[in-house]
Amino acid sequence: MRRIVDQVAPILLLALLIGGWEAACRLMDIKPYFLPAPSAIWTEAIKDAPLLALSAWGTLSRAFIALVVASLISGLLALAVSLSGILERAVRPLVVTLQVTPIIAIAPIVQIWAGVAHPERAVISLAAIVAFFPIFSGALTGMKAADPDLERLFRLYGASRWQTLTRLRIPSSIPFVLEGHKVAAGLALVGAVIAEFAAAGGGVIGLAWRIQESLFRLQVAKAFAALLILGIMGAAVYALLGLAERRILAWWRGR
Amino acid sequence: MTIASLKDVEVEYGKRGRAVGPFSLSLEAGEIVALVGPSGCGKSTALRLLAGLEGPTRGTVTRAAGRGETSLVFQAPTLAPWLSATDNVALPLELAGMASKEARDQARAALGRVGLAGAEAARPAQLSGGMAMRVSLARALVTSPRLLLLDEPFAALDEITRRTLADDVLALWQETRPTILFVTHNVEEAVYMAQRVVAMTPGPGVLAGERVVTGPLPRPHGFRTTEGFRATAEQVSDLLATGRAAA
Repeated sequence: MRRIVDQVAPILLLALLIGGWEAACRLMDIKPYFLPAPSAIWTEAIKDAPLLALSAWGTLSRAFIALVVASLISGLLALAVSLSGILERAVRPLVVTLQVTPIIAIAPIVQIWAGVAHPERAVISLAAIVAFFPIFSGALTGMKAADPDLERLFRLYGASRWQTLTRLRIPSSIPFVLEGHKVAAGLALVGAVIAEFAAAGGGVIGLAWRIQESLFRLQVAKAFAALLILGIMGAAVYALLGLAERRILAWWRGR
Repeated sequence: MTIASLKDVEVEYGKRGRAVGPFSLSLEAGEIVALVGPSGCGKSTALRLLAGLEGPTRGTVTRAAGRGETSLVFQAPTLAPWLSATDNVALPLELAGMASKEARDQARAALGRVGLAGAEAARPAQLSGGMAMRVSLARALVTSPRLLLLDEPFAALDEITRRTLADDVLALWQETRPTILFVTHNVEEAVYMAQRVVAMTPGPGVLAGERVVTGPLPRPHGFRTTEGFRATAEQVSDLLATGRAAA
């Protein structure tokens, strides 16, 4: 009974909100360019489905590529840094500076570097920059989180640095790396959207551009439809990664 | 023959000051020595010195048993959660360069010796505390060590499991007769497990005295109720109490 209530409650709240929204639009005669009714957004979403799907795929694929790029670079850097204390002290401030710099601020520069002909490169780079930190931080924390007594045993057994890295540090870091990826995936999506707004200038097909373009034409319902897709996509990515994290962790822990 | 010894060792940890010493301890081939003392008296530090995992600030550590001939068991099982029981036990052999298949065969045999035949594929999370400790013991024994260092290995276990494991360790000792240093804060456990009990007092950790335990090993049923056991345990407790009063 409790479970059913738990599952029904969010759906009920959503239905109430949408119902209230629809009623308000109809009863208060709100102008569609100010706030379109949910039914109008739905109609627009159905009508524009092929274009929206194409745009969603554009944004999603760039976010995914950015995640892969960030994962590779931050993983390798975390590995290198974990081997040398000096390197870590040297790299940390740079990484933190990069982390706290808003990507909106560096977007124009990255746009210039990527070149006018390749706006997608600018978008992927910016999204990768945003996704970089959680993975790097997770991997580094994880590699240092190995059980100190296990580390002592490895020393006692005369394990080489390479053995300690591959057979202790890297396996120990897996839960932290997974958590880092979960956070980074959401950030990559957000980063890809922001970068489309800030650096692509309409040069790539994506949901952010769809929103901007619709608003230019005062097709507010269309913008909301794109926003709806973006929200669903974000939730789906988060749920999917959460599931993957649980599965992999269960395998890692053996239950 | 002396397997390992500490001579007038002192250990200082920076601003925290002297943690151990001057302290001396000598372990002869094939004997079981218990090092008993309250928490924080430097027992584990002494053990790490003997393992070669730490160096003393002053004094000398001699070790006849080399790196590959020394094994260590901690209070927690300290197993890799991502490895099966067999792979955990095979780890020290593989790190020493043995081929994986042979290492795993020996690991399975070691698991059998500690009574875990059938649990080879289980992961640490699927094992009870006592079983996980047995895997840890199997990992320590698989290299046929000359020196076995046990750092409060039963402290986290319930009384029944603890007693069973104590008897099992003594039975295993009888097979290959490694030198065992058994660190504990439990006086009865120390007297039960060892031929010689060394008492240590804190602040900094120094020798409070030592007592020889007479009686057969492994211990016969009812050993804990014998006059000899009671008297020795009482003497060791007195040593610790006097040591604490002096400190």
